[in-house]
Amino acid sequence: MSSDGPSGGVTDVEPDDILEPSPTHARPPLPSSRSERPPAEPASAEPGPTPVAEELQAKAGMSVSLQKLRAFYGPAEQVKGIDLEFNANEVTAIIGPSGCGKSTMVRCINRMHEEIPGASAEGRVLLDDLDVYDPSVDVVAVRRAIGMVFQKPNPFPTMSVFDNVAAGLRLTARGRGDLRGKVEAALRGAGLWDEVKDRLHDAGAGLSGGQQQRLCIARSLAVDPEVILMDEPCSALDPIATLRIEELIDQLKRRVTIVIVTHNMQQAARVADRTAFMLGGELVEVGRTQDIFTNPSDPRTEEYVTGKFG
Amino acid sequence: MSDDRFAQFTLSPGRRRRDRIARSAILAGTVIALIPLLLIVYYLLQKGLGSWSPSFFTTDPTGNTFFKHSSIGGIQSAILGTIEIVALASAISIPAGIGVAVWLVEYGRNSWFANAVRFFVDVLTGVPSIIFGLFIYIVLIVGTGSTYAGYKGSFALSLLMLPVVIRSAEVILLLVPGALRESALALGAPRWRVIFSIVLPTALPGMVTGVLLAIARAAGETAPLLFTAGATFKTSTNLGGFMNSLPVQIYNDVTSPTTSVVNRAWGAALTLVTMILVLNLIARLVAKRSRLA
Repeated sequence: MSSDGPSGGVTDVEPDDILEPSPTHARPPLPSSRSERPPAEPASAEPGPTPVAEELQAKAGMSVSLQKLRAFYGPAEQVKGIDLEFNANEVTAIIGPSGCGKSTMVRCINRMHEEIPGASAEGRVLLDDLDVYDPSVDVVAVRRAIGMVFQKPNPFPTMSVFDNVAAGLRLTARGRGDLRGKVEAALRGAGLWDEVKDRLHDAGAGLSGGQQQRLCIARSLAVDPEVILMDEPCSALDPIATLRIEELIDQLKRRVTIVIVTHNMQQAARVADRTAFMLGGELVEVGRTQDIFTNPSDPRTEEYVTGKFG
Repeated sequence: MSDDRFAQFTLSPGRRRRDRIARSAILAGTVIALIPLLLIVYYLLQKGLGSWSPSFFTTDPTGNTFFKHSSIGGIQSAILGTIEIVALASAISIPAGIGVAVWLVEYGRNSWFANAVRFFVDVLTGVPSIIFGLFIYIVLIVGTGSTYAGYKGSFALSLLMLPVVIRSAEVILLLVPGALRESALALGAPRWRVIFSIVLPTALPGMVTGVLLAIARAAGETAPLLFTAGATFKTSTNLGGFMNSLPVQIYNDVTSPTTSVVNRAWGAALTLVTMILVLNLIARLVAKRSRLA
């Protein structure tokens, strides 16, 4: 890893990348004062430095493997044949300039890509050994196993906090049994329980942006997925809310495999075990995050991560 | 202000005058447009309130228009008839119309068939209401060799309401953010559950507004009822027989040579306008609580 400080190896490329002065720090220890609560409340309201994801049971997730994946919008090819492995219980970041096909590729993994009129995909996406594009596979079951968190927090506006988390279970006809327990476990897993336990029946849309995004994470956790795809989950959030999500991602990988698309290279450096760099619909390079940022093998990767283009 | 550098900032008298003229013209246009509306309300209140009394709402018209000393009756059968006919028309056109709108937005999207449906719905919106009455008359009365009935009036009104319901519901459904559908689909929900549990509840307040406006429009229509539901004096709860309604009652009364009967038309008109006003107020209240519209 290169030296710390503003003049380190990674320079700011986009305005939303300016998060911290020492960008190459991987997961700095978090001071307890960094909470989302208003300053009026004493910082001691939070017991430990990292109160998130307290009750998350460790579990072996599933790996995802892309084989010659191509994705189209009508005749236009947006993803041009990608082979890529996402290891189980690891965080893999996808970086690359706007329009390089990151989001499209990720949306192919849980078959959300085909929801866009005219869009189609070719190649194979293996969840462990199961090809999710096999004609015998139920697309609805694929999406239950591979959850997704979107760029903008989007809790269901007609539902309370509780109903938002329960929505996944109810919508998939699994709302019976210990619904309350499952909702609480999901909210604890998303590090949101302590903040919302007294207002479970208030509107989900009334939470702050960062809380809404953790609510969306809880919503996808509630259906017990194997993989969670995150499409720029922090790009609509302020730096402190972003840090909370990043801590959470670090905890979540004990239970699920995580793929995170990000425009923010510091974020990739902080949260990801491995990083993949995409350009023009192709995979340029994938490797340990540290290697991608400090010792990339492809000159284009180096140019991108050092801010020469993008 | 004598500084030359600021000369360009000085408002010239010509521009000031043009601004004043334009403002006055717009204000005058607004006032001219309001005059007939206010006059309508004024005449309705002035002439209609006089015939209002408790018995006006609780008795049927008697049909007597010649003998000064016996009662001409009220408009009970017309009020109840309008409510019954419009209720059945709504029961037909609201589910069907919302169903068409859901199909257009969620499934048809921009296919040629969906666009053809949209085109015909737009054409239907512009069809004069008497055509719907004529259509039902030809099909259900001449075609079956039978006579007028309340439900036939309901059919004519439901045809009239259908395009209004479809178009207003479609507009509201399009306002539901695509991200909500996506996140529900990404949770592994089947599409029909996404529609029933996420899309329709989110769109509900906005759709209620459109539906109430369609009901209000149908309640005031005379032409489709004239030769479908017929006209009668008696209060009826049988949609299979002749049925009175407020617009038809007004239409019949206003051509009478007897002053008291003409006044009953004014009273009935005020009643109809009040009913529609109440519906519109409800629509506004609901729209205020809407998250989308």
